[in-house]
Amino acid sequence: MIRFIARRLLLVVPVLAGLVVLLFLWVRALPGDPARALLGQRATPAGIEAVNELYGFDEPLLVQFGIYVRQVLTGDLGSSGYTGEPVVASFVSRFPATVELTLAALVFAVGLGIPLGYLAARRAGSWLDGLTVGGSLLGVVVPVFFLAYLLKLVFAQWLGWLPTDGRQDVRIDATHVTDFYVLDGLLTREWDAALDALVHLVLPGLALGTIPLAIVVRITRASVLEVLGEDFVRTAESKGLAASVVRRRHVLRNALLPVVTTIGLQTGLLLSGAVLTESVFAINGIGSYLFTAISQLDYAVLQGYILFIALVYALVNLTVDVLYGVIDPRVRVS
Amino acid sequence: MSAVAPAGAAGPAGPATPSAEPPLLSVQDLSVTFTARRGSGRSEVRAVDGVSFDVRPGRVMALVGESGSGKSVTSLALTGLLPARGNRVEGRALFAGEDLLTVPRARLADLRGRELAMVFQDPMSSLNPVVPVGLQITEVVRRHTGAGRAAAKERAVELLGRVGIPDPRRRVREFPHQLSGGMRQRVMIAIALACDPRLVIADEPTTALDVTIQAQVIDLLSTLVREQGTAMLLITHDLGVVAGVCDDVTVMYAGRVVEQAPRRELFARPRHRYTAGLLASVPRLDGPRPERLTPIPGTPRDVVAWSEACAFAPRCTAGDDACRRGDLVLAPDAGAGAAPGHLVRCVHPAPVEQP
Repeated sequence: MIRFIARRLLLVVPVLAGLVVLLFLWVRALPGDPARALLGQRATPAGIEAVNELYGFDEPLLVQFGIYVRQVLTGDLGSSGYTGEPVVASFVSRFPATVELTLAALVFAVGLGIPLGYLAARRAGSWLDGLTVGGSLLGVVVPVFFLAYLLKLVFAQWLGWLPTDGRQDVRIDATHVTDFYVLDGLLTREWDAALDALVHLVLPGLALGTIPLAIVVRITRASVLEVLGEDFVRTAESKGLAASVVRRRHVLRNALLPVVTTIGLQTGLLLSGAVLTESVFAINGIGSYLFTAISQLDYAVLQGYILFIALVYALVNLTVDVLYGVIDPRVRVS
Repeated sequence: MSAVAPAGAAGPAGPATPSAEPPLLSVQDLSVTFTARRGSGRSEVRAVDGVSFDVRPGRVMALVGESGSGKSVTSLALTGLLPARGNRVEGRALFAGEDLLTVPRARLADLRGRELAMVFQDPMSSLNPVVPVGLQITEVVRRHTGAGRAAAKERAVELLGRVGIPDPRRRVREFPHQLSGGMRQRVMIAIALACDPRLVIADEPTTALDVTIQAQVIDLLSTLVREQGTAMLLITHDLGVVAGVCDDVTVMYAGRVVEQAPRRELFARPRHRYTAGLLASVPRLDGPRPERLTPIPGTPRDVVAWSEACAFAPRCTAGDDACRRGDLVLAPDAGAGAAPGHLVRCVHPAPVEQP
């Protein structure tokens, strides 16, 4: 297993290397002065001079590339062209919010999606199946921002059951160790802080998780339907096994492979930042950071973002591959 | 692994005398109708039509027929493994006095795997690819015997050894794809025998295997079955398999039984033209070598409904207008020297060859 993981990690290296080359060329291919582009609004003659010096924009391309690679390898992705904040530090401080939101959405999507998809397949053609398939279609077509506003309107503003926005009530004086607010609350034993952070995740989690839920339901249903027709399910039934054993060990375990792939893709997507959901619920995550960077053409941030997300995707894919090996022994061998 | 001599095992009285013991499984007038909604109307196909046969303790009954004759559907109907919807099962299937077709699901689940076990055709697709073979054996042991984890594992190792898998202690941890086709079928057999069932239903257990492995698997199955005194219903299209291990034979055509007899009787004096045709199309090593094999003309698709005529008539060399009757019954063979229990459904039975 360790060798398997090591091999997959090695495969990530050329991908990231290729990306670094692309990003390097991208900034240099911009019209005009790259130093000016990187500095954005902060561009002053002295600043441009300094950046030219730092990145070696006056040097030959190969030397520039060497400088860039050294910076990337030492974890220096430059600073925002607007705030001047180091890009890496901004990601580190914002990523926990995105991770929390992603987990909330995934718990909702997977926790509800797999059972629903299974039931729909088991009772294919029934009203439950029709409702599930129809509902999942609706889930895919409803725009996220619309759903987010609707949820907020009903559950936060009209009913007042849940908070409208933010990650934690400002009146709670919580200690933050990791910037994962729920985890912080648990670590510091500030239970009310943890609970409050959790409650803040409900509505954004629902809004963000709806599309993944719909996709998971559909994939699970199709996959379970296929497995139910397999001979080994008949074998399991011919042994008189309990229904729960047939379901778990023989049907779901085989049906989950495509579902795991889907969940992996969705996780990568969610971790790249939920621009709309973060905006509606005023969550300071990767998504809102990206949104600002795009609207301001903050090249340094965008460059860092792309590299960062590539790394996230690589890790998510690695996790999926490992899970595949755990679920299906045939993958490990080949 | 030499084959157990069938004559010795069948008892000195010979196969012509049906055992006095009551049957373990008595299938009576079993019918299976598949229903499908087509547009506004419903279409019905009768796959199994009034099939009756008995399986006695310690004996092997072969259910013979070509693809589409209803033999596999019969076995699935008996074990309640047909799809939940889209079919109608009628008749009775008394297993030690209980009707398998009407017992509650929970009781059937208790019986399956413990009292009646199945071996399926293709061991590659019939074993779960993502579960170690050991667990696929222990799960049935634990379900029915209440054995603990360790005891069940020991039992699995013992079973794998008994079905002739070398190094069973290592093999229990392996997955189906790591085993050869023959070994996989041995695992299937180990699963079937795990709880010492009273009846094994083997549905084409050798069809998916190499010819060289087929004989080994059949040998193994028949040896184990005879050692344990288990009854077996062997479903096959291969008369070679029948000749090797079976005590009694039921021949099916287009959903109905056309002939039923003890094995020796059937091979010596087949009466239904279809049975005779099947035998003539099988190469034999124990007789004069014919110039060429005689195939049965036509295909199983060339059938008429049993309600109008003998379904085999379109392919039958002796078929004529007399075969056009919807009331053909399965009756005791009226020919000279017929063994008791030899039943045939034919207007023009094949002539008996004089020895």
